[in-house]
Amino acid sequence: MIFNKKPAPSLLDWKQSFQTLEKNAPQGPLKRFYEQGAVAYDTPLRDTSMVSLDLETTGLNPEKDAIVSAGLVPLNHQRIQCRGSKYWMFTPDSPLSHKSVTIHEMTHEDLNGAPSLEDCFEEVLAALAKKVVIVHCVHIEREFLLKASLKLYGQPLYFPILDTMEIENRILKQRSWIEKLKQGRISIRLDACRQRYNLPRYKAHHALTDAYSSAELLQAQMAHHLDEDQPISNYWL
Amino acid sequence: MEVELSEILDVISQHAPFNEMEDNALLQGMVHDIEIQYVRNGTGVIVPNVTNEHLYFIRSGAVEVLSKEDKLLRRMEEGELFGYASLLRGGKVTQEIRAIEDSLLYLIPGSWFKRLYDENDTFSDFFEIIREIRLRAAIDSQTSQTSDVSLMTCPVTSLLRRPPISIELNDSIRMAALKMAEFKVSSLLITQADELVGIVTDRDLRTRCIAAGLSYEESIENIMTAHPITLDSGDFASEAVIKMMGQNVHHLPVTKNGKAIGVISAGDIVQKESHGSVYLISDIFKQQNLASLISISKKIQHTFTQLVHADANTVMIGNAISRIGTAFVERILQLAEQELGAPPIPYCFIALGSQAREEQTISTDQDNALILSDAYNAEIHGTYFKRLADYVCHGLDKCGYPLCTGDIMASNNQWRQPLKQWQEYFSQWIQEPKAESLLRMSIFFDIRSIYGDEKLARELNKHIRYLAKSHRGFLSHMARNANQRNPPLGFFRQFVLDGSGKQARTFNLKERGIAPIIDIVRVHALACGSQKLNTMERLDDIENAGLLPNGRAKDLAAALEMIGMVRIRHQTNQIEAGIEPNNHVDPESLSSFERRHLRDAFHIVSRQQEFIKYRYAGERS
Repeated sequence: MIFNKKPAPSLLDWKQSFQTLEKNAPQGPLKRFYEQGAVAYDTPLRDTSMVSLDLETTGLNPEKDAIVSAGLVPLNHQRIQCRGSKYWMFTPDSPLSHKSVTIHEMTHEDLNGAPSLEDCFEEVLAALAKKVVIVHCVHIEREFLLKASLKLYGQPLYFPILDTMEIENRILKQRSWIEKLKQGRISIRLDACRQRYNLPRYKAHHALTDAYSSAELLQAQMAHHLDEDQPISNYWL
Repeated sequence: MEVELSEILDVISQHAPFNEMEDNALLQGMVHDIEIQYVRNGTGVIVPNVTNEHLYFIRSGAVEVLSKEDKLLRRMEEGELFGYASLLRGGKVTQEIRAIEDSLLYLIPGSWFKRLYDENDTFSDFFEIIREIRLRAAIDSQTSQTSDVSLMTCPVTSLLRRPPISIELNDSIRMAALKMAEFKVSSLLITQADELVGIVTDRDLRTRCIAAGLSYEESIENIMTAHPITLDSGDFASEAVIKMMGQNVHHLPVTKNGKAIGVISAGDIVQKESHGSVYLISDIFKQQNLASLISISKKIQHTFTQLVHADANTVMIGNAISRIGTAFVERILQLAEQELGAPPIPYCFIALGSQAREEQTISTDQDNALILSDAYNAEIHGTYFKRLADYVCHGLDKCGYPLCTGDIMASNNQWRQPLKQWQEYFSQWIQEPKAESLLRMSIFFDIRSIYGDEKLARELNKHIRYLAKSHRGFLSHMARNANQRNPPLGFFRQFVLDGSGKQARTFNLKERGIAPIIDIVRVHALACGSQKLNTMERLDDIENAGLLPNGRAKDLAAALEMIGMVRIRHQTNQIEAGIEPNNHVDPESLSSFERRHLRDAFHIVSRQQEFIKYRYAGERS
C-alpha cells in the first residue's frame, strides 16, 4: 500500500477553508455551496462520497476559452451510481474554435438553444456540494470553474479534488528503479492509464463519458493501490 | 431531466438477451439504476452465504464459477451475465463467482431483474436458467431455422401428389397392370375391405410375374409384398429416407389412422433432395467388383455434405453413413465369397464401435471382427477365414475406411474366433476386469451383426448383457475409464488444447466431447441390461430404467446432439474446403452461439462423468 507518508498540500483541511470562503461569498448559490461544508480531512476514503466531473472546453486557456459541456457521476469507494449522472451543454460566450469543433464533434448548431453556463451554474454547484470531486488532471476543472465563479459571483470557487492523473503519477513513482528501467516512460493520459487496469476503451471527449472514465479509473486505482482506511486528506488536492 | 446514458445502453444492447428485447424505454430505465464496480483479479464477486442482490454484466474482464468443492465449472467473459441463478433462488448463493482478470462490472439491481423476468418474454426465455433447458431450446431453434425444403422439416404428406391408387386383394395381376398403366404409376396398393394389405411395384410385375412365367389371371396376392413397411402421416421425409435405405425399398405407403392416404417413392424424395443417398446404397449392391466399389466410395463424402445441408440431425446422419458403411461390408463380403467360395461353416461379420452404434461419420477407421460357428476347426477352416477377413479389411481400407490403428479387425487372428472363444474373452474381461486392458476394449461392448449368421452375434450379446449387469467391479472399471477423457471446459478462454504443430490451437471434439458421452451411456446401458446399441436409444432405455435423475438422460442426448452437430459442420466445412475432414476444432472458428452451447454441453458431460464415478463406485482393491 502506498501513500502512507503524508504529503503537505496547501489546503489540507478543506472544512476550515470552506468556512473562510463562505464568509467572503456573496448571498446566493456560491454561499450556499460553502455553507454545506466540505468532507472532513480525517474521513477515511471508504466513507468519502465523491463525484467524478469532466468539462469540455473550447481550449486550454481559462482566460480565453469557454466551457461547452459538463458531465458528472456520483460514486463511493466501491461503486459508481449511474442514477445521479448529470450532463449539460452550454452556449459559449467565446466562439467555438475549429480545433475544439473537431475534438468534441460539437458545433454551434448543437449548442443552439442550450442554456448559458450562468443558467446552470447553480445546478452544477448543487451536484458538487459536500463531495470530493474526481477529475483527471486537476488544472482544467479547477481553473475553468474558478474563472467562471469569479466572473459570475466575483468570488472564487474552490473544492477538494482527487486527481486520478496525479494519483497515477504517484503510483508510478513508487515503482522500484528496476521496474522503472524496464517499463520506461509511461503515459498518464486517461486512456493509457485505463488500459493498464484492463478497463474498456471509450471514445474520449464527451464530458459524461470522460466523467465515467475517470470514475472507473479511480475505482481501479483504489482496488490496486490505495488504502481505503487512510484519511481522504492523504489523497486530495 | 433524465440524462442519456448512451455509452452504457449501447454496450448492453449489443448482448443477449438485451439485443433481442424490443422495449428500449424499459432498458433505458434500467440503465439508470445500474451501478458500476471494478474488481481485481482474484476477488470473489458473488460468494456463498452472502445474499446476492444484482445481476452482473461483464463490461470488461472475466470471471469463473466455482463449485462448492472449489472446482471450476465455467468461465464467463465480456458481454456475459451472471448472478441470475442466485437471484432466482431469492438471492441464495451456492457457487462462488470470482474475477479471474481485473474486471469492470455493471450491477443491475435484482428488482430490475425480477421486473424484466416477469414482463419481458425475451428476457425470461433467456434465463430459463437450467442450462440444460437453454441448451435444448437452442437445438430446437437451430433446426427450426432451417428451410422448409429440408428432409428434417418436410412432412411426408407434403410429398404426396395424389390419393392412393389401389385395387382389391382378389383382383388379377392383369387388372393391376392395367390400372398402373392408366394412372401412370410405378406402384399400386392392395386393399381388403379398405385396409392396406400389400403393395405391388413395377419390379414385382417384372420379376415375380413375367420372369417367373406366372399367369396374368392369377390373383395379385401372389406377387405383392404383404404387410409393407409404411410411413405415418405425421412422419417427416427424413424418416422415409431412413426406411428406404434400411430396407432397400423404393416405395412406402403413407397411412393415417391405419388407412392408406398415398405412396411416397424414392423418386419423390430425390426430387426434393438431390443428394441421392438412397441410391448410393443400391449402387453399392450393383457393383460387380472391388475396383468399381472403390470408385463409387468417393461419393460418401458428397452424400455426407448433402445430408448436412439438408439439415439432417446427427442421428439421421449417423444412421445414413453407418448404413452406407454396412452396405460396403456386405457387398465386399459377397464378392469375397464369390471369389473364395461359400463359407465352410456359418460365421457372422460384426461391426464394433461407431458403426455398431450406427453413429458413424466421415473419416472413421474400421473396427470389426468375425464370430465363427463353434464347429470351427483351425486346421480345416483357418485359411478360408483368414483370406476372407483380409479381403474385407483391405477392401474396406481402399473404400475409404482405413485399417484400424489398434488392429481391432477381423484380419487379426485374435478377433477371428469361434463363439465359445468370444464368450471366454468376455467372461474374463467382465469377471476379472483390469482397467488398462478394458480401456481400449470399450468398443467391444458395442457389437452389431453386419453379415452372415446373425444368431452368433445375438448369442454373444446375450452373454455380455447377462454378465455385465451383475458385475459391479466391472461396471466400476468401465465408469473409471469413462472418466479418462475430460471435456475441455475452459476452452473458450484459456484454451485447454490438444495436439501439437498444426493442431496446436484446436481441441478434439470426438475425444473430448462425443467419446465421453458414449462411454458414460454405455456404462449405464450395461448396468440396465439394455439391448440397444445406438447411444440415443440407449438413453431411452436408461431413462425408463430410472438409472438417472429426472431429465438427465435428455440432457445427455441434447449435449451429444450439440457436440455432434458442431463436429459434423466442422467436417463439412473441411470437405468443402478440400481438406481431409478431422475432429480437430479451433475454438476461434466457432460462432458465439456454438461456443456458448458447446460449453453448456461440456458442462453436462463433466457433471455426468462425476455422477457415474459415484454411481458405480466399486470396492477398493
